[in-house]
Amino acid sequence: MSAAPVALAGEPVIDATQARAHGLTTDEYASIERILGRTPTFTELGVFSVMWSEHCSYKSSRKHLRMLPMKGRNVVGGPGENAGAIDVGDGWVAVFKIESHNHPSYVEPYQGAATGVGGILRDIFTMGARPIASMDSLKFGSLEHPRTRYLVGGVVGGIGGYGNCVGVPTVAGEVMFDAGYDGNILVNAFALGLARREDLQSARARGTGNPVLYVGSATGRDGIHGASLLASAEFDAESESKRPTVQVGDPFTEKLLIEACLEAIKTGAIVAIQDMGAAGLTSSSSEMAGRGGLGIELELDRVPLREANLTPYEILLSESQERMLIVAERGREGELAAVFEKWDLHAVVIGRITDDGRWRARWKGQVVADVPAAAISDEAPVYDRPARAPAASNNDGVANGAVSAQANAPSPAAALRAIIASPNVASRRMVFRQYDSIVQGNTVAGPGSDAAVLRIKDSRRGLALKVDSNPRACMLDPYIGAVATVCEAARNVACAGARPAGITNCLNYGNPERPEIMWQLIRGIEGLRDAAIAFDVPVISGNVSLYNETAGRAIPPTPTIAVVGTFANVVLHLKQYFKSPGDAVLMVRTAAPSLAASEYAALFGAAGQKLAPIDLGRERKLIDGLVECAERRLIRSAHDVSEGGLAVALAESCFNPGGVLGVEVEIGGSSHGAEVLFGEGSSTVIVSAPVENIKVLHQVFAPLEVVAIGLVTRASRLKIGTAIDEDVAALRSLYEEALPGRLDRP
Amino acid sequence: MRWGVVRFPGSLDDGDALYALRDVMGQDAALLWHKDESLGGAQCVVLPGGFSYGDYLRCGAIARFSPIMKSVARFAADGGLVIGICNGFQILCEAHLLPGALMRNRSLSFICDVVHVRVDNAHTPFTRAARAGEVLRLPIKHGEGCYVAPAEDLARMEERGQVVLRYVDAAGVESEAANPNGSMRSIAGVANDRFNVFGLMPHPEHAVEKLLGGEDGLKIFQSIAEGAR
Repeated sequence: MSAAPVALAGEPVIDATQARAHGLTTDEYASIERILGRTPTFTELGVFSVMWSEHCSYKSSRKHLRMLPMKGRNVVGGPGENAGAIDVGDGWVAVFKIESHNHPSYVEPYQGAATGVGGILRDIFTMGARPIASMDSLKFGSLEHPRTRYLVGGVVGGIGGYGNCVGVPTVAGEVMFDAGYDGNILVNAFALGLARREDLQSARARGTGNPVLYVGSATGRDGIHGASLLASAEFDAESESKRPTVQVGDPFTEKLLIEACLEAIKTGAIVAIQDMGAAGLTSSSSEMAGRGGLGIELELDRVPLREANLTPYEILLSESQERMLIVAERGREGELAAVFEKWDLHAVVIGRITDDGRWRARWKGQVVADVPAAAISDEAPVYDRPARAPAASNNDGVANGAVSAQANAPSPAAALRAIIASPNVASRRMVFRQYDSIVQGNTVAGPGSDAAVLRIKDSRRGLALKVDSNPRACMLDPYIGAVATVCEAARNVACAGARPAGITNCLNYGNPERPEIMWQLIRGIEGLRDAAIAFDVPVISGNVSLYNETAGRAIPPTPTIAVVGTFANVVLHLKQYFKSPGDAVLMVRTAAPSLAASEYAALFGAAGQKLAPIDLGRERKLIDGLVECAERRLIRSAHDVSEGGLAVALAESCFNPGGVLGVEVEIGGSSHGAEVLFGEGSSTVIVSAPVENIKVLHQVFAPLEVVAIGLVTRASRLKIGTAIDEDVAALRSLYEEALPGRLDRP
Repeated sequence: MRWGVVRFPGSLDDGDALYALRDVMGQDAALLWHKDESLGGAQCVVLPGGFSYGDYLRCGAIARFSPIMKSVARFAADGGLVIGICNGFQILCEAHLLPGALMRNRSLSFICDVVHVRVDNAHTPFTRAARAGEVLRLPIKHGEGCYVAPAEDLARMEERGQVVLRYVDAAGVESEAANPNGSMRSIAGVANDRFNVFGLMPHPEHAVEKLLGGEDGLKIFQSIAEGAR
């Protein structure tokens, strides 16, 4: 047993006031004193403040996240690891997760976004999986807001700067502009890795006496209190001063770390491994020990430092990037060190696993922290915060300041031209062109597709990936909006021909201490749960980002959903483009469209916006039907009707990079109301198929509505009844030129 | 034919070059480690794409000093075949094994896209499987691919046929719009004056399978392999 830790010279007095300055409540501070049976040291207070922050402990959401379906036939590995995994066939498992880096990216966009990518990649390769793909969901404020262009440039630059240099392709993503994010942008980064099933790693310490290795970059002062003070509090006028809490990324070191870790795993000498993410050395060491029901002892003097004179407090709380902690098999640490030395990375034994259940840190011969390891995470507070629907439910109000509908309604052709060039519909090419989307040689369909498609080498199999969100719908109804988001992501994966197999989610909301925000969060989780259960797809990982508000104004509720689907034979994947003149064009849908939460409504207004309930049985039928069509080669293209509605989806289907085509359709006789042309409320897919397959398509999708609406034409015009007759090439230039005209042209 | 693909710290497309050569083309190819000086008996050395040493200084400026580059320079001086792709091209320029330099793209941003390049010299060991004037569809992905050289060097290179590939449109015509990075004279790939060292910004190793969008890159590797027979 060691002596109780003592205060170091120059440290402040520890009391409830100091605890509050660390973001801890009076009750939380009392719990810490109870757990320790004494006053914590300054170092211990820092440790608890980070580990019990919203960001690390999920204290407001944990209770509700339990309702999500996390099990499934294809799920591999137990809960509590860094990321979930699913079996994708032939001995391969896919590990994937999405995580927010919202506040750092608003304060310092380039490094915030870059380290968001770096952090999520480490979550993947710490599991023993090679990261093979990234995606990003980005929400910016309105293009008119003075900060938006700066933030877009920084965030896109940071994602590209890190992703391109680390050698993981960015294969898909989404970008949205909405005034609701003016003061709090969202940067949600997704990564997916592949591993052989037997190579999956654990983050559970085993074996008393096993050495603990620190590998990767040296520790500096960057990112201290990133998790607690930056990520777990709302923004105010002082937020700019928090820039030093943002970490600085080094993608080159991350690339070396990926190669070295995967090579080290092959030695079989690793017992447990975890990245030093939020709360750095503290979280990785205490969580690995805690999961194994063991203790851990750290010698902080041995930690490689970037500058002299870091205090124990700083060493333990630094969020310097590109670092991992490894529990090695005793006697084999030299084998591991050799691998890291080959890659010119630090590999230092800084401690060992003990059997006393204590998380203990020594510095200059003194114990500076001595805490029950499991308590740091297991005894973190769990709150059942009050939740209450707002008095006037939004779901009968009017979104986006829109007034009455038909007052100044444009002609269908004028509306189409306006919508296709609106920032939320137009081509994202100028953004994704800045990302390497092909490195590693697996990208079958990259950015700009309904879903990205990857092949798995040495196998016929493949994966489809899609990330989606629908804050406008969530604004009207946080439950239906969340259901719609899952449906859309799954449908996009199915449009590519893949069967949805796993979900990861990032739940972005405002301050959970406000009952109406808590209500939004719970309704969002319920929507995610119900859709996942209906589709029989497990939610294998996720992240919650709260306190997304500035000066008391919260962002729209934004559950970001990524769905990963699998192909038995990736050669059978589909794209959204029409291929052959003369093919029949069919519309398959689960319900009638509406203008609620649509781009049309945002631009021109629409009255009485109310979301219709979603019939998940019919949604599932649509997804199953699409997968069947791909597997039986019944259709030649499939495109989801999303932002902009049917008319935009038809135009996009004509933009075949191999040469534009045209389409001539009739919908519902002469009634070409805005709902039909631009409505988005329902789940609708446009497919093209040889005419002789029309009958069998009706059977495949029954009882859904399947309507043969027209034909693909060689003449490159988009003709919809008498309402629209436009040149496809002209629409395409509007679509391609809109964003470069509004943002800094790369 | 035996190929050696150099792996520098920060190389990214090394595995893709190896896959194209070994798995797609059935060639005898192996990785070479930057700290070694042995080329492992390779008849052609590939310097792959990526960000060697992070390229925090100038692209390729540090890699040229790595131990393996001493052997690569000797190998090239002895007439051995060396191909540098993207970062490999930058390293070859830094090592003065190729003329000119690669500067930041005209747009100042990274560009990932598919471009067309025209084979302007089909008599090199790297292009002999192509027809003169043939247009190849290849991916690019780089931030610093703008080729520059002094005017008198350019004139001499043109005269000798060292300008091997040029950015063009699908019809094979040069234009500002078809030049993705602002390279002088739309230059996409050059050879040294002995035609045994070749550098190009496009990635032939990423255009070797129909499933992934095209096979035009095979022409480059087939040219090299045929020469060895």
